[in-house]
Amino acid sequence: MPITNALTTSIERISILDEHGNFDQKLGKGLIPDADLLKLYETMVTCRMMDEVAFKLQRSGRMGTYPQNMGQEANSLGAAYALNNDDWLVTCYRENCGLMWRGVPIDSILLHWMGDERGNAMARPHHATPIAVPIGTQMLHATGLAWAAKYRGQKQIACTFFGDGATSEGDFHEACNFAANLDIPVIFFCQNNFWAISVPGRIQCSAPTVAQRGIAYGMPCLQVDGNDLFAVVYGMRKAIDHARTTGKPYFIEGVTYRLGDHTTADDARRYRDQAEVDAWKARDPITRLRNYMTKKGIWSDAKDTALRKAAEASCMATVERCEQVEHPVRSDVFNYTFADLPTDLITQRETGHTHSLGQDPSQLPSASNAR
Amino acid sequence: MATLTLVQAINLALIQEMEKDDRVILLGEDVGSNGGVFRVTEGLQKRFGTNRVVDTPLAESGIIGTSIGLAMAGLRPVPEIQFEGFLGPAYDQLCSHAARMRTRTRGTFTVPMTVRVPVGGGIHAPELHSDSPEAFYTHQPGLKVVMPSGPYDAKGLLISALRDPDPVIFFEPKRIYRAIREEVPEDEYTIPLGKARVVCEGTDLTVVSWGASVIQCMQAIEACGRSIELIDLRTIYPMDMQTVEQSVSKTGRCVIVHEAPRTCGVGSEVATQIMEKCFLHLEAPVQRVTGFDTIMPYYKLELEYLPDAARIQRGIEDCLAY
Repeated sequence: MPITNALTTSIERISILDEHGNFDQKLGKGLIPDADLLKLYETMVTCRMMDEVAFKLQRSGRMGTYPQNMGQEANSLGAAYALNNDDWLVTCYRENCGLMWRGVPIDSILLHWMGDERGNAMARPHHATPIAVPIGTQMLHATGLAWAAKYRGQKQIACTFFGDGATSEGDFHEACNFAANLDIPVIFFCQNNFWAISVPGRIQCSAPTVAQRGIAYGMPCLQVDGNDLFAVVYGMRKAIDHARTTGKPYFIEGVTYRLGDHTTADDARRYRDQAEVDAWKARDPITRLRNYMTKKGIWSDAKDTALRKAAEASCMATVERCEQVEHPVRSDVFNYTFADLPTDLITQRETGHTHSLGQDPSQLPSASNAR
Repeated sequence: MATLTLVQAINLALIQEMEKDDRVILLGEDVGSNGGVFRVTEGLQKRFGTNRVVDTPLAESGIIGTSIGLAMAGLRPVPEIQFEGFLGPAYDQLCSHAARMRTRTRGTFTVPMTVRVPVGGGIHAPELHSDSPEAFYTHQPGLKVVMPSGPYDAKGLLISALRDPDPVIFFEPKRIYRAIREEVPEDEYTIPLGKARVVCEGTDLTVVSWGASVIQCMQAIEACGRSIELIDLRTIYPMDMQTVEQSVSKTGRCVIVHEAPRTCGVGSEVATQIMEKCFLHLEAPVQRVTGFDTIMPYYKLELEYLPDAARIQRGIEDCLAY
């Protein structure tokens, strides 16, 4: 028998607005109405401002470790814009911009990083899940959430975000495999920012694209310029259409770059060249959009100055609210462990002790039992 | 009243809850057309359809992780992990997410999920098919851990677990899946989680155990010919220390029996709490008759490893003689 070809495949890459200001009319025309574009830009600028404010809060000792989102705003924002508001957004921790677009209060994100679980409680009404700290584990939850919608006959889908490093985790592969084989409408969105703390992307995935990992699971996949809001929205609409009409998953790789350190506890100068960072700064998604809107005549320097001033004021107001939020009470440590607290937890909560003599003073020595 | 095995009692409980509540769905490896490798879910896919009894890919973390998502959306998933030795790959999802979700989100997301897991040795199975890892999950705040010792309890405890608003690990001792039969009412009944059972009353010594070991304890107690009280914890967390405390305060002596290794086993917690709560009533050091602090051997030696009636009897007699 002759050797035949078992599979030939290719992966499309979408770029609509590049860093030099070139705009692909064919793909981009009418994709995002101007009125929406202005609101999207405003969200990106506010998100970037919050990122800078959060960084300073950490540096001045007013907040714990914080992972900056700088440079990656277009991915989650474009996704949240293209999705319906009741589709699940299952994020890790560099999706602040999409969460803000969805309506999750910025307070919730800041409170989370200020060490306060109450921040996470604000996500549910917006069909968003809490910020996921353990890497690459939340895609399985997205698969379960979309599965539940399918089971109930609802049209809801889920979109989950993760980085290039997360695609090395076993749970990533299990999530892709479950969604693909059980026909569950999940959009797997990899924010490929090239660095997992200090480990470069080629150690996570030596294939030419991360997107092609989807092929192994029989998913359609696409690579988009993740610093191009238009390309992200275009790719997401394709993915959403596929997920809703077929009930099956889709894989998107948004190629972007982490302009900041991994977190405030990291110093990226130890492992990457400044020249690389500078090259990516020139591809900043916000600058790109601003130049496009200015060229189009719907934006100006004066408007930009005013927006940044307003964004700063709004961020400072958020900080003030978060810093003045009532301190959580110790009983909160116990109260959410179970719906109905076992008696030993009630005892620990009421006494503030774990040693038995502290919990039950009747056990303390008395004349009758002292030996 | 029907006389059922533990397998049949669990199957009946699943059927009754699935008929009552369409949020209950089963998922796992081989749970569908095969009815589970122990046939616990036999006939359920035929009865409830492939949407409610789902054969999944072979991936334990995937089974638990997707169950967490299903539960966060308001369903009541019942994932099956085929053997306790394969619960390890799902440890991260259980402890990093299922156990923490209510706390992490201040109650806005919860995980009402019952993880069914065959557990323990004594069935001549291959490696990693005979372990007793209940202590790992008992130590993790946010999880409930249940292990019945017979068909009647299994049905009542499982229904409570399925209705519980929080994640429950429901260990099913495979050694007694078919070894004993009991009368199990067709009618619905529940046994509350966190409530131990006094199997037999006595005045000289208290034996505390759970799961398949309870049967070995009964044999040992019979052979001893003394007045011994046997407590089956039934739920390992929350632990019913009140029942244990009352008993040991009365008898002054206690032997704890479990299949798992001794060091940091659940028996360590029971013994410590007895020391804390019954200090002045104790007539002898609390004794533990357990698996050895070794790797569970292959099956040629498994009966040397597992605490049998003779070893338990020796523990009881040594404690009584102190």
